[in-house]
Amino acid sequence: MEHRMGRRDFLKLAGIGGVGVVFGSALPGMANAHGEDDFFFLQLSDTHWGFEGAPNPDAKGTLPKTIQAVNSLREKPDFIIFTGDLTHTTDNPVERRKRLAEFKQIVGDLNVETLYFMPGEHDASLDNGKAFQEFFGRTRYSFEHKGVHFIVVDNVSDPRAQIGDEQLAWLAADLKTQPANKPIVIFTHRPLFELMPQWDWATRDGAKAIELLMPYKNVTVFYGHIHQEHHHMTGHIAHHAAKGLMFPLPAPGSQPTRAPLPWDPAQPYKGLGFRSVEADVDEARYVITEYPVLKA
Amino acid sequence: MKTNIRAVLIASVVAIVAIGATAGYVSAQAAPRAKVIKISAKRFDYSPGKLILKKGQRVVLELTSKDVVMGFNLPDFNVRGDMIPGKVTRVEFTPDKTGEFTFLCDIFCGSGHEEMHGRITVVG
Repeated sequence: MEHRMGRRDFLKLAGIGGVGVVFGSALPGMANAHGEDDFFFLQLSDTHWGFEGAPNPDAKGTLPKTIQAVNSLREKPDFIIFTGDLTHTTDNPVERRKRLAEFKQIVGDLNVETLYFMPGEHDASLDNGKAFQEFFGRTRYSFEHKGVHFIVVDNVSDPRAQIGDEQLAWLAADLKTQPANKPIVIFTHRPLFELMPQWDWATRDGAKAIELLMPYKNVTVFYGHIHQEHHHMTGHIAHHAAKGLMFPLPAPGSQPTRAPLPWDPAQPYKGLGFRSVEADVDEARYVITEYPVLKA
Repeated sequence: MKTNIRAVLIASVVAIVAIGATAGYVSAQAAPRAKVIKISAKRFDYSPGKLILKKGQRVVLELTSKDVVMGFNLPDFNVRGDMIPGKVTRVEFTPDKTGEFTFLCDIFCGSGHEEMHGRITVVG
């Protein structure tokens, strides 16, 4: 109860009223301050296992360090969602499976029981998700957790960066089972809106998914792909991009190409991290707290 | 009298044909021929990768691929087409603004996909 009061005090301080989203930055511990009905989960994204290159000289060490950071949290999340690009792409199907297998083994060290996975285009776009499914099962699904309806939308297994009409029909049917005021969270890899199509930061038919979601009052989207924190509204729907865990990418349009930002030896792992999302289910609000790979 | 009527008829026909020809000429002037540019793709390059176009000049891009299916996407002009081996996809547009614009492959095609892009310069 004490924890709950602390969190609500924070919400008041943030000046947020009604339905909305609260961002928490540099507020260690806030994510752990949840009441009986509320919960928090972690979003990890774009681990790109198998990447090698100057943007991350500790490519093999970053994911294990992240797992240590997660395991050292004071409270365990209810679950962890990996929002795609678990592995770095390879044209070799054997190597792809090797990377997926290694990734699966490494994240087995997480001391969190429930893990959810979804593919990014690096995992799935060269074989329509075949290898990913061999290791992690379905690429789209929904589940219920403590009053929130979660939907995983696959916008990468089609190399054209499309959700596709068949999946959109599935999404529409899934949404029909939910009342209009239900708290709904979408997990997807690419942005559903046209963030920066010049850099392939879009979903070709993402507008159709947003159209399906618009009648629902409490929808929040968490995604990856762009390797940086980013927040955007399409009408009343909030979209939150997560940092990556291999190399950061530049802010949209800030440089001629989307080439990774260089590694900074003075600040290793800068721009990398994961986040907790604390759900205030009754009010359909979420407190996002960003965590670095290494504690400062 | 008959001769006069025949002369008027002939003159009218000639006039109509002349007007039609003139109209056709004017019409052709209003829609100048498009500049046709062939672009081929192979993993993970476009050829050519840089184009210089003139603002207001209608362009037809003839797109094809030498290996796998690729995409050509020029978001700033809302132009895109598939690049399919053995086939030619034609897309047409008229640049209505000057500047530097990126086109990119929007069909994930392999390990170099993210570096597969080109540049269009539109001059006034």
